[in-house]
Amino acid sequence: MNKEGVILIAEDDEGHFELIKRTLQRAGVCNEILRFADGQETLDFLFIKGDGLKREPNREYLLLLDIRMPKIDGIEVLEKIKQDPNLKKIPVVMLTTTDDPVTIERCHDLGCSVYIVKPVEYEDFTDAVHKIGLFLSVVEIPQVSGFK
Amino acid sequence: MNKNTVILIAEDDMGHVELVKRNLWRSCVENHILQFKNGQEIIDFLFGEGNKAKHKKSDSYILLLDIRMPKVDGQQVLRKIKQDSKLRKMPVIILTTTADLSEIERYYQMGCSFYMIKPADYSKFMEAVENLGTFLSLKGLRIPVITR
Repeated sequence: MNKEGVILIAEDDEGHFELIKRTLQRAGVCNEILRFADGQETLDFLFIKGDGLKREPNREYLLLLDIRMPKIDGIEVLEKIKQDPNLKKIPVVMLTTTDDPVTIERCHDLGCSVYIVKPVEYEDFTDAVHKIGLFLSVVEIPQVSGFK
Repeated sequence: MNKNTVILIAEDDMGHVELVKRNLWRSCVENHILQFKNGQEIIDFLFGEGNKAKHKKSDSYILLLDIRMPKVDGQQVLRKIKQDSKLRKMPVIILTTTADLSEIERYYQMGCSFYMIKPADYSKFMEAVENLGTFLSLKGLRIPVITR
């Protein structure tokens, strides 16, 4: 992954976010990492709305997306991204505790890149995130242009 | 990834196929691997055209797809898969020597899960495939079942 690429993490649990961020960094990921506490914040950033942080044109983004979040859940976020002709190219990695076949199928149908169930045990969880980090460091991420 | 998931490799360079297989095994990927030496062969397998072995009625697959291949190239293969209402759920990872920004964008736009560039350096190539293998062997990775 290009050094300019930004990793977006939509995760309502701040502790989980910090753990994911630290673990990715330990795996050698040195990209900028941003957190969104719910689906609404994620969409506002991507669709350049509201008062918060907004995405910049012609940068590369990848999204790690939780499903259970307040306001707007991850499935709706995924659907909105993949329906947008400009944003649909953003790779979306589902990272969630939800391990339900119908939800998994739905997310693949909507166009997530991969679906990963978060392990419950602390060490298994950090081990999984470490492996995700190693993989992200060898993939290429597309640029997203500035206009909706 | 579930042990029953079959890894499909569409790649015309047999040396690369062997290297990919060996390094996936090294990173503990024990899944069955099927290889296809051009785009036509993988299309025959997935869509049941021609006299080649056809994919089972209900199985889960992940495809590692090269771009430059004889007969039918990776772009045509990806487009055909992502236009099919059932097969589109299958994760496709592009594994290519083509390092071109607009290509990367185009393949994500068409719906590939990830785009990986094969490093020209042998040991870097091995490392990249090993990272891919470690990622694929994540217990929480869920690959959808394709029913025909």
